[in-house]
Amino acid sequence: MKRTPIGEQAPEKRITNFDEVCLGYTKEQMIEEANRCLQCKTRPCVDGCPVAIKIPEFIQYLRDNDFEAACKKIAEDSALPAVCGRVCPQETQCEERCVLAKKGDAVAIGKLERYVGDWTREHKFNLNDPVTPNGHKVAVIGSGPAGLTCAGDLAKLGYEITVFEALHKTGGVLVYGIPEFRLPNSVVEYEIDNLKKLGVKFETNVIVGRTVTIDQLMDEEGYEAVFVGSGAGLPMFMNIPGEDLNGVYSANEFLTRNNLMQAYDDNFDTPIRPGKSAAIVGGGNVAMDAARSAKRLGAKSYIVYRRSEKELPARAEEVHHAMEEGIEFHLLTNPVEILGDEKGWVRAIRCIRMELGEPDESGRRRPVPVKGSEYEIPVETVVIAIGTSPNPLISQTTPGLELNKWKAIVIDEETGKTTREGVYAGGDAVSGSATVILAMGAARKSAKAIDEYIKSKKK
Amino acid sequence: MYKILKKKMLGSQIVLMDIEAPRVAKASLPGQFVIVIMDEKGERIPLTVCDYDIKKGTVTIVFQTVGDTTRRMAGFREGDSFFAFTGPLGHPSDFVKEPLEEVKKKKFIFIGGGVGVAPVYPQVKWLKEHEVDVDVIMGARNKDLIILEDEMKKAAKDVYVCTDDGSYGFHGLVTDCLTDLVKNKGKSYDHAVIIGPMIMMKFAAKLTKELGIPTVVSLNTIMVDGTGMCGACRVNVGGAVKFACVDGPEFDGHAVDYDGAMRRMAMYKTEEGRKALRTTEGTTHKPEKGCGVQGAQIG
Repeated sequence: MKRTPIGEQAPEKRITNFDEVCLGYTKEQMIEEANRCLQCKTRPCVDGCPVAIKIPEFIQYLRDNDFEAACKKIAEDSALPAVCGRVCPQETQCEERCVLAKKGDAVAIGKLERYVGDWTREHKFNLNDPVTPNGHKVAVIGSGPAGLTCAGDLAKLGYEITVFEALHKTGGVLVYGIPEFRLPNSVVEYEIDNLKKLGVKFETNVIVGRTVTIDQLMDEEGYEAVFVGSGAGLPMFMNIPGEDLNGVYSANEFLTRNNLMQAYDDNFDTPIRPGKSAAIVGGGNVAMDAARSAKRLGAKSYIVYRRSEKELPARAEEVHHAMEEGIEFHLLTNPVEILGDEKGWVRAIRCIRMELGEPDESGRRRPVPVKGSEYEIPVETVVIAIGTSPNPLISQTTPGLELNKWKAIVIDEETGKTTREGVYAGGDAVSGSATVILAMGAARKSAKAIDEYIKSKKK
Repeated sequence: MYKILKKKMLGSQIVLMDIEAPRVAKASLPGQFVIVIMDEKGERIPLTVCDYDIKKGTVTIVFQTVGDTTRRMAGFREGDSFFAFTGPLGHPSDFVKEPLEEVKKKKFIFIGGGVGVAPVYPQVKWLKEHEVDVDVIMGARNKDLIILEDEMKKAAKDVYVCTDDGSYGFHGLVTDCLTDLVKNKGKSYDHAVIIGPMIMMKFAAKLTKELGIPTVVSLNTIMVDGTGMCGACRVNVGGAVKFACVDGPEFDGHAVDYDGAMRRMAMYKTEEGRKALRTTEGTTHKPEKGCGVQGAQIG
């Protein structure tokens, strides 16, 4: 009842490069795995997918060797299969519900989806039907997974879409956050090129809230509706002593330097300083990405996480990969102070051991410090990866846009409608940091609602 | 791509450029800055907005060649383009939003050090356009580093130029000049704006504190994105951590932890130094291509 094994770069080799770790299924492996699907009538896997991809159907097409049909079937519900097949936490979504998971391994739905996405790209298969422009303009703010999905859906309906991106490259977290060894930039670029072929325009280096406001876009530039997919890019720090020492990074800075600015490549100008050893604080995907990047930059790399292995929020596959790569895990450990040398550089991180107490409001057992258990880990770099919150730039400059106590934009769950007429929002800007696929699901709802809103206005 | 419409050398190491960027020009206000990337492989560097022209759709930047990127940028000509040019970023200066009658009551002294005179200029010009007369002290190490003197004289009431080595104007530091104005010349001010190297802002702010003048400084920290998503630019102001790019770049000059800020600035010195070496000397400093190896071949 084991799933078909998949090719991967050997750990000792891959820690010396930033190339993709998982090599993907060969055609034979893919068919073998697709044949494990029971094609059950109840289809619990579909319920586990936030955008309800018709999983048994696309797998059946794979078995039938009809890859074009498989592409089209996924495209009905998802615009980014090559991305989601790689980065979704399938073990808590589609694959968790798979009937086979009760007695063994679930069908490798993510890997099969990735196969379809990669096939589309490698065969330059065109999924786009010709569209007739309907003469209406919609602005999309942010070119991350939410923005790209909303732009794609509306462009297919004939809308004239411009996506405004603050950075110089499009893709949001897919290009500045998730490293090349998990999601190659070429995969993201392909998806974006597809949108360009659909007629979607991209304006990079435009910071909505500074370069131009939502009011200006609607009043002066003729956009009839706006979708805000600006994400949750504001890093949180721990507020412990020593966080302003040299060598302390937010995970966003560390990953942005390395992924977006390609600091790992000597031909690029942006510097990065991983030191001989780095402690990464946190247990999510971002922490794993930072720890594995630091390792590839030549540093000894530690994860410092306050709960136990079972509670690690990162994808199981990434935790497994990190362990294979020799990342050292200091679990049930919480930093209390970062210590510096006489020149103001990090020399160590002081931690305290934790034990798990009673469950807290999130249902997880609350970590409690063990008295007298403090110890130091000597490191030259500390990366804080404890989470992010929504960037306030857009809400600050858009009158009438209501926020909740977590600074996230308040919306109507079903439509993505905000408290400002004509303005919709979705993804991490609304939910706080979550997953790529949830951002896509939310954006999809908003696209539908924006279409209905503009049509109803016409009458 | 963002085209260079005008380039002018203001000294042997200081360059002025007008960049075609209509959206940025339209939104810019004094006190704000932009992020520039010179080419596809370039780094993102922050530069203060020195002037802007909505009609022409241009933004003026002034930079000094201090490292690898600025040195190569100085080699760009009119007609060349920057890969990215984004902004305006940060908050405009406070007086832009204050009621004009309040602003008019204040006696401003602007202090610009070296290339810091450039970001002082749009502020002085904005105030002039709103009929507020201000005094300006502009200082530099020597005469060659004095910039925008004529422009500043047109925009300000009185301009005091000083050089560290006495090669031009008042002989001494900007702090000596301010002391002279207040203690000997009977001038009084109730608001100071200081922009320049961190060390100069530290000591000038110390002086204005002694003189009891409320002070604003503009911080030139390390930055990456400039939109608040990374915290590379974090500084300690009045005991709280602030991001210079979104909370600033202007802060209460008497509350900034200058020593901490200077320590962070030093963070990439070695990498920058190495890169500069690579530009000027190619790969000759690397052992495999060093003089010994080549010398042996020639010999």
